[in-house]
Amino acid sequence: MDLAILAAMNAERAARRPAVLVTAIEGGAQRLVTTDEIEADPLATQIDRQLRMGKSGLVEAGGVQYFLTVQAPHPRIVVTGAVHISQAMVPMARLLDLDLVIIDPRTAFATPERFPDVTLLTEWPDVALAGLGLDAYTAFVALTHDPKIDDPGLEAALRSECFYVGALGSRKTHGRRVERLTAAGFDQAAIARIHAPIGLDIGAVSPAEIALSILGEIVSTLRGPRRLAP
Amino acid sequence: MITTDTDILSTAEAWARAGRGVALATVVETWGSAPRPVGSHLVIDAEGNFQGSVSGGCVEGAVVEEAAEVIGDGKARMLEFGVADDTAWKVGLSCGGRIKVYVEPVRPEENN
Repeated sequence: MDLAILAAMNAERAARRPAVLVTAIEGGAQRLVTTDEIEADPLATQIDRQLRMGKSGLVEAGGVQYFLTVQAPHPRIVVTGAVHISQAMVPMARLLDLDLVIIDPRTAFATPERFPDVTLLTEWPDVALAGLGLDAYTAFVALTHDPKIDDPGLEAALRSECFYVGALGSRKTHGRRVERLTAAGFDQAAIARIHAPIGLDIGAVSPAEIALSILGEIVSTLRGPRRLAP
Repeated sequence: MITTDTDILSTAEAWARAGRGVALATVVETWGSAPRPVGSHLVIDAEGNFQGSVSGGCVEGAVVEEAAEVIGDGKARMLEFGVADDTAWKVGLSCGGRIKVYVEPVRPEENN
């Protein structure tokens, strides 16, 4: 592999853009295919298929074997709320190799002392999220209970391709949230994307247990389709 | 901190930029209960330092040994490990699976 190709792969990954490395098994010729180049590539069908599954693998075309190294953007969780639950999520997300970004404009909550070693943004969610760019490899989680903070985040998430959207709160709280989002112009299908009550039903009580149930649900949403893939 | 596949490609680039001879091993095919999925990486330098995993420990030693040859002659190789394979490789996977590992050199830009 040429160092230039390796560097390009790392750069695409850092920019959260999917890319596929094509290696001819016989001879070892290689090319890196970025999303805007897929359509014109001779292996477009195979590349598209592997990318959709998020799986690297061997493919064959015209009697020649190729290995496709699929590099999908790193899964990331964006949370509104520098609260107990998100504190517990920090070490758990690290072990699960999920990037975590915490947004909370309340600087009394969002302190580096409470949240060391994690990306912490103290802007309002609409500003912070515009900078982050929500994509299909991002999960959005609203944890503040405060509509002023959670709602702008939820609205941005519902307008994006986020693979997971979840919001903390009782059924009553969520009922009021649904009313607000409906008034803001979101239809039933869009609002149904929100996981509420949030998290897997494991009877979670403590903040750490709730963090576990949310992360469990996110991992299940992220990995579930792989189980069904051939 | 657990090393992930993404760290490994960054490590490969960093090692190559530092002027070290580097090989990258990638799991390209698995059969049965192979411990690491297709696409898993192991990066190896000329001194035998390595990061990542292609099997969870069963065949890394053999891959690292072969990587030295790859770094030496600059030619990629396909390796196969498993219980059914007793010809070239004496290393088996305890889980009973089989894996194919592609080992390639990382070529510095000067040689392009």
